[in-house]
Amino acid sequence: MARDQGAALDRKKLLGDPIMVTTIVLLITFLTLFILYPLAILLVDSFVGDGSFGLSVFQRIFQMPDFTRAITNTLKVGFVVGILSTAIGLLFAYVEVYVKMNKAVGGLFKLVSMLPVVSPPFVLSLSMIMLFGKSGLITRFLLGIYDNNVYGYWGIVIVQTLTFFPVCYMMMKGLLKNIDPSLEEASRDMGGSRWRVFADVTLPLLLPGLGNAFLVTFIESIADFANPMLIGGSYDTLATTIYLQITGAYDKAGAAAMAVVLLMITLAMFAVQKYYLEKKTAATLTGKASRARMMIEDKSVKIPLSIFCGLGAAFVVMMYICVPIGALFPTWGYKFTPLTFKWFEQVFTRYRGLQAFRDSFVLSLIAAPITALLSMIISYLVVKRKFKAKGFIEAVSMLAMAVPGTVLGVGYIRGFSGGVFHTGFLQGLYGTGAILVIVFIVRSLPTGTRSGISALRQIDKSIEESAYDMGANSLKVFTTVTLPLIKDSFLSGLVTAFVRSITAISAIILLVTPSYLLITVQINEFAEKGAFSIACAFATILIIITYGSVLLMNFIIKHFGTSRKVKEVE
Amino acid sequence: MSERRVKEPKGVRLDHISKIYQNPKTGKDFYAVHDVELDIEPGSFVTLLGPSGCGKTTTLRMIAGFESPDEGEIYLGGQPINELTPNKRDTAMVFQSYALFPHYNVFDNVAYGLKLRKVPKDEIKDRVTRILKLVELSDMEQRMTNQLSGGQQQRVALARALVVEPGVLLFDEPLSNLDAKLRVQMRTEIRRIQQALGITAIYVTHDQSEAMAISDNIILMKGGVIAQMGSPTEIYYHPNSEFVADFIGECNFLGCTVRGTEGSDIVAEVDGRTVRVRSDHKPAPGTKAKIVLRPEAIEIADQGALPCKVELSCFMGSYQNYHVRVGDTLVKIADNCPIGRKTFQVGDDAYISFRSECAHLLEA
Repeated sequence: MARDQGAALDRKKLLGDPIMVTTIVLLITFLTLFILYPLAILLVDSFVGDGSFGLSVFQRIFQMPDFTRAITNTLKVGFVVGILSTAIGLLFAYVEVYVKMNKAVGGLFKLVSMLPVVSPPFVLSLSMIMLFGKSGLITRFLLGIYDNNVYGYWGIVIVQTLTFFPVCYMMMKGLLKNIDPSLEEASRDMGGSRWRVFADVTLPLLLPGLGNAFLVTFIESIADFANPMLIGGSYDTLATTIYLQITGAYDKAGAAAMAVVLLMITLAMFAVQKYYLEKKTAATLTGKASRARMMIEDKSVKIPLSIFCGLGAAFVVMMYICVPIGALFPTWGYKFTPLTFKWFEQVFTRYRGLQAFRDSFVLSLIAAPITALLSMIISYLVVKRKFKAKGFIEAVSMLAMAVPGTVLGVGYIRGFSGGVFHTGFLQGLYGTGAILVIVFIVRSLPTGTRSGISALRQIDKSIEESAYDMGANSLKVFTTVTLPLIKDSFLSGLVTAFVRSITAISAIILLVTPSYLLITVQINEFAEKGAFSIACAFATILIIITYGSVLLMNFIIKHFGTSRKVKEVE
Repeated sequence: MSERRVKEPKGVRLDHISKIYQNPKTGKDFYAVHDVELDIEPGSFVTLLGPSGCGKTTTLRMIAGFESPDEGEIYLGGQPINELTPNKRDTAMVFQSYALFPHYNVFDNVAYGLKLRKVPKDEIKDRVTRILKLVELSDMEQRMTNQLSGGQQQRVALARALVVEPGVLLFDEPLSNLDAKLRVQMRTEIRRIQQALGITAIYVTHDQSEAMAISDNIILMKGGVIAQMGSPTEIYYHPNSEFVADFIGECNFLGCTVRGTEGSDIVAEVDGRTVRVRSDHKPAPGTKAKIVLRPEAIEIADQGALPCKVELSCFMGSYQNYHVRVGDTLVKIADNCPIGRKTFQVGDDAYISFRSECAHLLEA
């Protein structure tokens, strides 16, 4: 029994489709060159960095007390942030799905879930310092505490928790909505109290999902660069240590080895999350809710929970609002009136703001459509076609999700500064805008691909088969059927990629050259220097841009999206 | 119907076709389709029938080009097509889920294949209008597909496949999503259109009554191989195995021993009594065999060939349903139009008999 003929025919059919072949080859080249290769070069560097092949670089870095401390610090922060974010996320999600809330609290929740998406990563660190720092609005002026120290462990933990819990909240919300209410009703019917129902039915069903949320946050936390950079003070995490190793100590081999260590940690977490917990979550929560859930209206439950979560949400919103307001004060910490636009003016008159915004904007604008299209093509190939290299494409594009920006940045420095394998090939790329665009693309690709894949899975395979059968080639199938059907996912991928790119910092900060001014890098610099008002002004404009593009996207999807067209006739 | 086909229908030949799949659990390869040899006449309506997993859909998808055969060659209109991609094959498929394009209206769905073929606009309009009239959807051109009922969606899918005038029309269980009544109506419709256009059609279904009603020829498959092929009457009345007999309609099997021949009939013994069965070939006396009997071919009365005891008697409207015990064997009887005849009750003793041409002999 031999499958040779079928395989040969499949191959022949594929090769008879030049567009498909070219696409696949280009994709593989891109993924290999810009994801696999930079990571591979880190491995090479760290094993032969000191001249001879061996573990000498690793031995060296593990003897640095700063580095070993950074590992413990990173894991400590990641663990606590993971737990706190998951717990708060679960509480918010539970309240939203189970408790009848009033509209205002619901609106706050929505805002809380959206703010981290449209904000640059270090906004909360900024406002944390401005509200609770030494000259913080709350600590110093409301409470009269003069030497409150927000820098360090607790600063990072609080800021990261506030940044990441909305992700957990959204994940938990999705899971809770998928629990069939009749399961809980059955438990209640047999005499369970509300607490017992939660402990015996809801919680066990959620457990893998909670683990999943915990690990996702854990990975995000240890990969986070911007917040530890700003608010960590002398408390260094792996991401910042690697950054300093390159920019401060110029120890590239050491940084490469550290990056490998960080990568191994995130990869291990990612593997557990992806291949164990995600499957388990899907297995326990397969059912769709059979009908609407009876919301809890009991005032003794409803009022305290609403107030508690409402205040929490309001606090988060206040943290975010602090940034634009901070940019309006004449001198933060000393002079609060009259409100002024002078910082905004200075952004453009003194600090080359226009160039920064133009550079960030243009580079992100170039990266976004490429990312969106690329992720749709990858999703299409992964979900709808079968060919040998498919596993590779899927695996590598998912791998990018587990790679912290700092690691990627170091990989790019090592991989491209002397050309590919230090041969000078593609050397021209290094230091250009092109490499920044490529980093933007690689950083946003996994998110886009994931959403594309889930959108495509909703579409019956035979719809594309029928187009194929009617005589359309791959390109036609993709442009006339697939893409129109996932237009919404494409559009949101476009905006997500744009927002992620324009707010990106971790990998970019290592690669950007003085010929490009990027907003996030500028904000980071000003905040480091303590020029909070200017940093706030930059951040405010950035938030306006990102929020504006999200609004624009929603408008476009609402009026021109497929789902609209398909749905409105129902 | 005044429709005239522009193109000639094409024949399909499967030359010892096999498809091998890997069992995902054991990792072992197995034949999903094994050595299928088949010649389909141009203009005929052929049904691939069988239980799920019998290889019928895989066979159809190999003809369409979605799967590649691991052994053998497929010919369409005399030309080998193994290496052609689905879009280059002169086939059009009607899918189980209809696979209509949800972002197009009815007209654009039907016009899709013509646009790909770069047919001039006027002609597209003309041909789509004509085909929509044929499937009786003339006033629905501008509707989105989700505004249509299941039956209407089915017609659009059919029109979309027909309008490109394929050499062969392929159907992958097209009626399985419709309710029973509509299913019957649509299969008549499909048959009418196929005959009017004289198009070659290959139809996959697991519903034996659908296969009987619609086909010129039925290919009954089991475990990847052809169990039997022939016209509906051949397969119904002359099944070559218990599987075929049982799969096509309800069937009773009475163990017997051949005693001799008498004219064109065989004389066989069941529980010590003789019965006659029509058969073309004459097995030697003493051969053990099974008599294949359709429930509606059996009469139940106070007198007859074989004694039996009634175990179930149930009025079904168009017939009285009996289960009777003949020796050790349970025999099902459909006594059609029972009104005016004696109704036997559970526990009654009775006799069954049948005409020799209604029975068929399977050698054990």
